[in-house]
Amino acid sequence: MKKIEAIIKPFKLEEVKDALAEIGVEGMTVTEVKGFGRQKGHTEIYRGSEYTVDFLPKIKIEVVVTDAIVESAAAAIVKAAKTGKIGDGKVFISPVSEAVRIRTEETGDKAV
Amino acid sequence: MALLAATAGALGWMVLGAPSVQAQDKPPEAPPAAAPAPAAEAPKDAAPAAAAPADAAAAPAAKTDTPDSTGTTANTDKINGGNAGTAMDLQWPIPADTSTINPDGKGKVTPDEVIANVAHNKISLNLMWTLVTGFLVMFMQAGFALVETGLCRAKNAAHVMATNFMIYGLGMLGFWVCGFAFMFGNYWNGPVGIGWQPPLGQGLANLDGGITWTIFGKPFGIIGTKGFCLGPSVFDTAVFTLFLFEMVFMDTTATIPTGAMAERWNFKHFIVYGFWVGMFPYAIYGNWVWGGGWLAQLGQNFALGHGAVDFAGSGVVHMCGGVIGLAGSICIGARLGKFGKDGKARPMPGHDIPMVMLGTFILAFGWFGFNPGSTLAGTDSRIAVIAVNTMLAGAAASVGALLTMYLVTGKPDPSMLCNGLLAGLVAITAPCAFVSSLGAVILGFIAGIIVVFSVFFWEKRGIDDPVGAISVHGVCGCWGVLSVGIFANGSYGAGWGGVHKLFKDGAFQIVNTNADGMLKTYNDLVSKGWADQGVTGIFGTFFGAPAGDGAQLMAQIVDVSALFIFIFIFSFAFFKISNLIVPIRSKREDEIMGLDIPEMGAEAYPDFQLTDRTSPKVD
Repeated sequence: MKKIEAIIKPFKLEEVKDALAEIGVEGMTVTEVKGFGRQKGHTEIYRGSEYTVDFLPKIKIEVVVTDAIVESAAAAIVKAAKTGKIGDGKVFISPVSEAVRIRTEETGDKAV
Repeated sequence: MALLAATAGALGWMVLGAPSVQAQDKPPEAPPAAAPAPAAEAPKDAAPAAAAPADAAAAPAAKTDTPDSTGTTANTDKINGGNAGTAMDLQWPIPADTSTINPDGKGKVTPDEVIANVAHNKISLNLMWTLVTGFLVMFMQAGFALVETGLCRAKNAAHVMATNFMIYGLGMLGFWVCGFAFMFGNYWNGPVGIGWQPPLGQGLANLDGGITWTIFGKPFGIIGTKGFCLGPSVFDTAVFTLFLFEMVFMDTTATIPTGAMAERWNFKHFIVYGFWVGMFPYAIYGNWVWGGGWLAQLGQNFALGHGAVDFAGSGVVHMCGGVIGLAGSICIGARLGKFGKDGKARPMPGHDIPMVMLGTFILAFGWFGFNPGSTLAGTDSRIAVIAVNTMLAGAAASVGALLTMYLVTGKPDPSMLCNGLLAGLVAITAPCAFVSSLGAVILGFIAGIIVVFSVFFWEKRGIDDPVGAISVHGVCGCWGVLSVGIFANGSYGAGWGGVHKLFKDGAFQIVNTNADGMLKTYNDLVSKGWADQGVTGIFGTFFGAPAGDGAQLMAQIVDVSALFIFIFIFSFAFFKISNLIVPIRSKREDEIMGLDIPEMGAEAYPDFQLTDRTSPKVD
């Protein structure tokens, strides 16, 4: 089992969700987050004075998948979230030692 | 009941409020009296003639409706539904003796009664107009609360809202205790033109006590002294109406500094401020302009136009509030983190722009009470001109601010558009009755430009005004007062301030109502073709005046100078001294975390996670 964390542009969420559903990912957790990477912030003007917005709004998707589909899932996210412009985001993959489905108490691959 | 029904039937002058149910009671009780009426009516309406005798009394009530409402019968002494006036109604206040009203139309209403009733109509119309417009101005408090709260951060929203809320109660009690007496206690002795009558009625004659100093051999009205706590000596509908109207105006002045000093003002100090502002600054300065004091007397004393002319309070209300806000903002200092170590301003964006824009519209709506109501007279048809000028100036200013923002920053910040609209409304408040529509558009448009640069100016000076109150009300209020002396076109305000300016062939003659034999002089001039002219500005001729007048602009300059010097020094001293008793500034940690919980005990938005507690950086 692996956990995929993807930080993407907010308007790409629907496309990423559909792409994951196509390869059989059955669930995900989505969080609205703020942050910056190489893109940094941008400047705005409020009532005449200029200011920098350091933290930009992004969406974080978390999915836990079996080892069998982790590569195709990551590839699907990258393909769907890509615009080619700075600020597209990142995908992080990390191992998960155990998972339990609370309702049935199933564990391991059956639980994800 | 029997007696009343009998009288009604016998006189035949009113079926009036007697519905058919009551009418059906008549036949058994007083058949002889009721009978003649239906008999007389029957021939006209042939159809129900065959009605049973028991129904006869009920029938005429229905029948007489028809001819009257279609106008086929000139039945002046019968009223249906009670919706028309009769001679009976002229017996005011109580129709003590109904027998004086003759049923055959030869009424005995005397000319004196007619005069009394016409006068009563006029006064009651004026009272109603002033009260209703006062209610509109009261609603502006909601607008101020929304604008100021929306332009502040979410962590202080309940605190800012509460200052706008409690100023209503605190300020009003202060104004009731002594503010009104200081301001209008000597109203009756103010300078007025020939033939002036108090629009709210002779009850205003109760306001006849004040302190007048003699300086340079001229009378200087300093303060009024009648009407403390609206006591028995001024217990009169006219005085109470004036109190309501001026009280809501005071509230506007009082709530302006709550914007300029928002997000850092210790609520306990604000309470002290609330009473003070209701009692003194607005009232004393207001006395000088509106209460017949020395600025209003400038025309009579020193031939400066009509004296200070401020129709609805660009100066008395708005600039006064703006200058108190300026003094307060200087005394309280900028919000933590507002200016960096390099002195550069950092923005602290407001948390709810839709709230700001909704509040702005409420204010713009309330302004239809603010300006047209300041005639204190619904019978003064100038209210139409005033209302139109008011809306035009506000609109022109919002467009002025829009274009300025596009040119200066590239984007029209919505909060600045709101400031723009309000700037135009503030500016038109003093000249609204005296200018042409073109004048209103021009001076409004200029106000929209001024307010943008004014906001930038104060921010560069390190003066923190979260909502732009100093610029909107202080700076554009000043512009509004001055613009009377620039744009007024002479079409309104003849005799204003006790000065009549008569015009003929490009020349002026001034008739001062203080002078001996002025009535004869005035009548002589009028009979020789001299025309009495209203308030005129220096460029009045461009807007239709027969001649311009620089003296009026001088009076306006004296007015704003006196306002700034007196109000700034007075309020600066108040803030500094009261700070020694109750600290003006909130605690540092409270300000960073938000004032809602530490000072008010309730958060505005407890269900939301607020991000503005960490932004911007506090050095």
